[in-house]
Amino acid sequence: MLLELRNVTRRFGALAAVQAVSLDIEAGEFFTLLGPSGCGKTTLLRMIAGFDAPDQGDILLEGANLAGTPPERRPVHTVFQSYALFPHMSVADNVGFPLLMSRRTREEIVPLVREALAKVHLADKAADYPHELSGGQKQRVALARALVNRPRLLLLDEPLGALDAKLREEMRSELIRLQRDVGITFVFVTHAQTEALALSHRIAVMNAGRVEQVDTPERIYEQPVNRFVAEFIGTCNLIDATVAAATAAHLGLDLGTLGEVVAPAAPGIAVGERGTLALRPEQIRLSARGHAERLRNQFEATVRESLYLGDVTHYSVALANGRTLQALAANSGSARAQLFSTGDAVTVAWRHDAGHFLR
Amino acid sequence: MTLKLPLLWLLAAVVYAFLYVPLAVVVLFSFNDSALNAGWVGFTTRWYELLLADADMLSAAANSLLVATVASIAATILGTMAGLAIHRYRPRLLPALVLTPVAMPEILLGVSLLLFFRQVLDLTLGLASIVIAHITFSIGFVAIVVRARLQGMDEAIFEAARDLGATPWRSFRHVTLPLILPAIVAGALMAFTLSIDDFVITFFTAGVGVTTLPLQIYSMIKVAVTPEVNAVSTLLMALTLTLIAVAARIAPESIRARG
Repeated sequence: MLLELRNVTRRFGALAAVQAVSLDIEAGEFFTLLGPSGCGKTTLLRMIAGFDAPDQGDILLEGANLAGTPPERRPVHTVFQSYALFPHMSVADNVGFPLLMSRRTREEIVPLVREALAKVHLADKAADYPHELSGGQKQRVALARALVNRPRLLLLDEPLGALDAKLREEMRSELIRLQRDVGITFVFVTHAQTEALALSHRIAVMNAGRVEQVDTPERIYEQPVNRFVAEFIGTCNLIDATVAAATAAHLGLDLGTLGEVVAPAAPGIAVGERGTLALRPEQIRLSARGHAERLRNQFEATVRESLYLGDVTHYSVALANGRTLQALAANSGSARAQLFSTGDAVTVAWRHDAGHFLR
Repeated sequence: MTLKLPLLWLLAAVVYAFLYVPLAVVVLFSFNDSALNAGWVGFTTRWYELLLADADMLSAAANSLLVATVASIAATILGTMAGLAIHRYRPRLLPALVLTPVAMPEILLGVSLLLFFRQVLDLTLGLASIVIAHITFSIGFVAIVVRARLQGMDEAIFEAARDLGATPWRSFRHVTLPLILPAIVAGALMAFTLSIDDFVITFFTAGVGVTTLPLQIYSMIKVAVTPEVNAVSTLLMALTLTLIAVAARIAPESIRARG
C-alpha cells in the first residue's frame, strides 16, 4: 500500500471538513477524490501534501507516518489549480527548481529538465517565462515541474478547472498517457464527474467530509451505493419503491400508483424494504405509442420537453401519475425518424436488468 | 455639467502652475547673478561654488546623507519583516502598531519622540536619536509597499516552493525575496527620500550642535532667502526627483513579474 489514510478528521471551528476518512491507495493507481465544492476533498489533499494536519487520524506513506513531516520533506508533489508557476523564473528554471532544492548539480539538472519538458511537448519553450505561455502550456509546465524528480505521489488539485472545454479534453488524454508513462501514483481532486470517470482507476466520492463510496468508475456509475452518489454522478431518475418480491435473479418493486416493475437483484435486500429505484436516462427507451417492443417495465407517457444536443436528444417525459422521467436517445441514423416533440404520446420502457435498487 | 474643453485646459494649467511655478522659481534664482531674489540679472554658478565652500552646509549635507542611508536601510529591513509578518500571520495588533506612525501628525511624533528620548531613555540627542526617529516613521511606509506586493500574489506560489522541496529559508531566498524585491527597493527609496527632507521630526530629535540639510536651510532663511538657499534646495530637489524616478521605474516591474 502506498498511501493509507486512517480515520483522518479535520475540523475548522464547528465545521468538520473531513470526518473519519479511511482510504488505501495503491502504487501506480490513478485515484480520484470526487465531490461537490466544500466536501473536504481539497482539505484532504492539503493534509497529504503537508500544508495542513489532521486533528485525528494518521496519514501513512509506504507505512511511515507523515505526522510532523513538513511539505518539503515529503516525496509528494502537488499540481495546483492556479499552476503556481514562479513568475520570475523561466520555464526551464521552474522545472529545475525541485532538482535544485534537492541539491542536484547543474550537470544533472540540465538533461533532466530537457527530458521532462520533452515529455510534455514543451522542449521549445524552455527559455520562455510563465506570462508568455497559454493556460494549457502553463499546465504542462506545472506537470513537468511536479514530476521531474519523480515523487512517490503526485497530487492534482482541480488541474483542468481553469482550461477551456476543448483543451480540457486534450489534457485528459494527456494525463492518462503521462501517468501510464511515468508510473507515478496520481491522486486527483475534482468536482467534475466526467473527468473522474474518464481518468480514474478508482474514485472516492465525497460528501460533507465523508467518503460515500470508493469504487471503479463503472461500479460508481452503475451501482451507486446511495442517492447522493447516484445523483452526483451523471443524471439519474430516482423513484421511490417498496420491495414486493426478491429472488436470486430479480427484485419486484412496487412503485405505488404506477404498479410493479422488475429490477436486478441486489444482495441482502428483503421483501418490504423501502428505497429508491435509480434509473439512468440512457436506460430508458422511448417509442411512439403502439410501436413499442415488448419490455417488462413499460409505461405510457407524454413528452414534456426535448433538448436536441446533436449526438443525443434529452427528453423529459411525464408518466400517468404526473411523475417526470429523464430519458436520453442516441441520434444514430436509424433513430433519426424517431425524434419526438413536446406533447407527443410515447411509451417509455426499460429492460428487466436495468436500474439499481438503493436502500 | 460638462466643462468646455478650453476651460478644462485652463483649469489644468492653473493647477499645475500652482504646483510647479514656485519650484521653478527656486531653480531659476539659484542661477541668478544677484544676491536679491528680485529680478533676473544674469546666469551664474557662483551660489553653487559658495555652497561647496560652506563648511556648515557640507557637514549638514553629510549628516543628512548618513542619517538617510542608515535609517532607510534599517527601516527597509524592519519594514519588510513587518510586511511579511502582517501578510503571512495576519496578526491583529501588528498592522496598527506598524502603520500608525504613517498616519500620525509629524509634530505629535516629533514631540513624543523628544519626550521619550529625554525623559524615558535619557539619551543625549544627536545623530543617533535622529536615525531612530527616522526609522520609526519609515517602517510603516516600507511595510505598506511590501504587503501590497504580497497581496497581489498567488499564495499557491509560496506553497508550491515548499511542496517542491524548499525549506522555509530557501523558499524565502529563491521565491519570496526575488518576487518582493521591487517593493523592497521602492520602499527603501521612499524611506530614503522621507528621511533626507524631513524637517519636523528631525527638528525635535536633533538636539543642539547636530544639523541636517533641511534644518540648515531653515536656519538660513530665518535671516533671508539667499540664492545659496535656492541652490541647496535645487540640489535636494534634484536628488529627490531622481530617487522618485528610480522608484517609479522599478514599480512597473511588479506588474511584469506577476505572470
